Amino acid sequence: MNDILITNGRVIDPASGLDAVADVAIAKGRIVRVAPPGRISRRAREVIDARGKIVAPGLIDLHVHCREPGHEEEETIATSAAAAVAGGFATICAMPNTHPPMDDEAAIQYVLQRCQEADLARVLPIGCITKAREGKELAEMAMMHSAGAVAFSDDGDGVASTAVMYRALQYAKLLDVPLMQHCQDPDLLTGEMNSGAVAVRMGMGGIAAAGEQIMLRRDLELVERTAARYHMCHVSTAGSVRLLREAKAAGLPVTAEAAPHHLLLTDAACEGFDPVYKVNPPLRTAEDVQAVREGVADGTIDCLATDHAPHAAEEKELEFGLAPFGVMALECALGLYVKALIDTKLLDWPGLIARMTINPARVIGQELGTLAAGAVADVTIIDPNRRWTVRAERFRSKSRNCPYDGWRLRGRPVMTIVGGVIKYAG
Amino acid sequence: MTDKGQFVWKRRHLVGLDELSAAEILHILDTAESFREVSTRSIKKVPALRGKVVALLFFEDSTRTRMSFELAASRLSADTVLFTAKGSSLAKGETTLDTARNIEAMGVDIFVIRHGQAGAPHMLARKLRSSVINAGDGQHEHPTQALLDIFTIRQRLGRIEGLKVAIVGDIAHSRVARSNIIGLRKLGAEVVVVGPPTLVPSAISAMGCDICHHLDDVLGEVDVINILRIQFERFGGNLFPSVREYSRLYGMNAERLKRCKKDVLIMHPGPINRGVEMTSDVADGPNSCILQQVTNGLAVRMAVLYLVSQGTE
Repeated sequence: MNDILITNGRVIDPASGLDAVADVAIAKGRIVRVAPPGRISRRAREVIDARGKIVAPGLIDLHVHCREPGHEEEETIATSAAAAVAGGFATICAMPNTHPPMDDEAAIQYVLQRCQEADLARVLPIGCITKAREGKELAEMAMMHSAGAVAFSDDGDGVASTAVMYRALQYAKLLDVPLMQHCQDPDLLTGEMNSGAVAVRMGMGGIAAAGEQIMLRRDLELVERTAARYHMCHVSTAGSVRLLREAKAAGLPVTAEAAPHHLLLTDAACEGFDPVYKVNPPLRTAEDVQAVREGVADGTIDCLATDHAPHAAEEKELEFGLAPFGVMALECALGLYVKALIDTKLLDWPGLIARMTINPARVIGQELGTLAAGAVADVTIIDPNRRWTVRAERFRSKSRNCPYDGWRLRGRPVMTIVGGVIKYAG
Repeated sequence: MTDKGQFVWKRRHLVGLDELSAAEILHILDTAESFREVSTRSIKKVPALRGKVVALLFFEDSTRTRMSFELAASRLSADTVLFTAKGSSLAKGETTLDTARNIEAMGVDIFVIRHGQAGAPHMLARKLRSSVINAGDGQHEHPTQALLDIFTIRQRLGRIEGLKVAIVGDIAHSRVARSNIIGLRKLGAEVVVVGPPTLVPSAISAMGCDICHHLDDVLGEVDVINILRIQFERFGGNLFPSVREYSRLYGMNAERLKRCKKDVLIMHPGPINRGVEMTSDVADGPNSCILQQVTNGLAVRMAVLYLVSQGTE
């Protein structure tokens, strides 16, 4: 007898090209079978009617700041995992810019242990590229990889030294894992928001688009030399989209992700000096937003990732210039992507789901993100037409720095199943 | 159009000229005109703010702006309290907002705030019950300085509309430049900003001004030259090679003055580096209105303090 039978949903599994009304059977934590309605016996411990809903592989977010260890007052692995399943994510990747940074085997084991204790979403750790994220010496990538790290990144900062990045790419080939770069030339990090007319009017120092593109250009040169796997985090500029498009056309092993804020907000949002809009890379111009959307639509940008970055209320009550960078989106990401990409007719549901499931699964080389028979039973059931209002005060996350608070969105996860177990039902 | 006589001031805060309409700016100037006379009396005091408390929060150094506000408040019969802190209040573990809330709890009606962070007065205006006046926030705005500059131009040249004003120097880092550009444009003046490309961001043209990198090219065509103080601390960033070279390119001197319109108005927000951005003969000459600016600053700040105390929104 099956554990769970999901009936009559629109089953979308981009990995196998499936988009049809079907039933999905789950047993022992695995997908048993996907078949046209009525073909699978209804004898199951739990039968879920998914009529009018979308049944997708469990969503994956490559870029989450869980803040643990070090800033448990802002978020923990447990609260991240709770927020994740409420947002429809079966899997999230934890960025290593914690305190201390996750740069060794013990830190990776710690994340996995806390994930197990929370027993909600799967939390896969990303290890640092360099020791203490200092950009100087390579961290023990192979040992971290054996312990369970799925990728490496010094996110928060780019690896500034060309020599170090070159060595890191060469070394990572040993493991066939991607290096995830936060592209920002530190010499050009001279402000708090996008450079341009809005920053000039506000008297704020600017973060030039060139700072992102210069590091990306350099890295693409290194990727060409090493043929190592490279993933660009949170693409924010039209120039970066163009560079990535050319790199992919040239056959380089490059992938990329875009974040909700770079698909929906511009630097004009900073005009009232509200630090809730302060993020790195910064909110750019309307042309950049359009270019990033088009990059996602045409596949130049493979994945959608939130860059969920919780901060304590007192930190975001400071002056714009003194407040930390970061916005939260884990619990409303799906609706945000719908607004940016489906409502604008740039993507259909299968296209959106691919960028949230099989594509990120391939980036981190995990056998996730599909509903094929035998696959890990991570399933997200989505009500595509449910209209709802974002209420930050109801988040499972510990923090509230969400620029979308009060937004009306369409599309909401109603159930998240992780490894064959229902972890969220809304 | 609002008739001048019927204009009703509504704002409780003055955080920038960006928020103001042309009519509101003119109303401040007209109100300042009526306060100017107070300084000429033997008893230089009116009871307009008697019983009110004005707190001066200076998170950044200031001499003339602080004294000007202090004197303006006392001429309106307000009590003043002064808070000064060098650098960020965070260094002492207290946030700007907490500092202000604590002082507000002592019973304050109007805050005058200078802060190194752009937007700090805007944040306080959102969170406090008292009125907030911006006395300079980072590199963003310095509205009362621009108001006194515009007041002085109007006094000397009789109008603002149709004039051409050059602002010379470190435009990129200047709150005085920003507030002047905004205010002058709203009142119908043309503005050209002048300085080397490292000190004049090209995106500033979006504020409605022209950009010229050569002072000599604009001398003959402008009615006003407002010369900003060169901030020596800026060289560290390699924004210009030396004071000597800067002075050669952008320093105002007698020879350059000869090539200007005869009654060109020379302004400077102070403090002047004599011999750097202008020579003494220019600073002290008949075209200069530098001390008049300071005198007018008092009347403008009296007007602003008075108006925000009458504000309802």
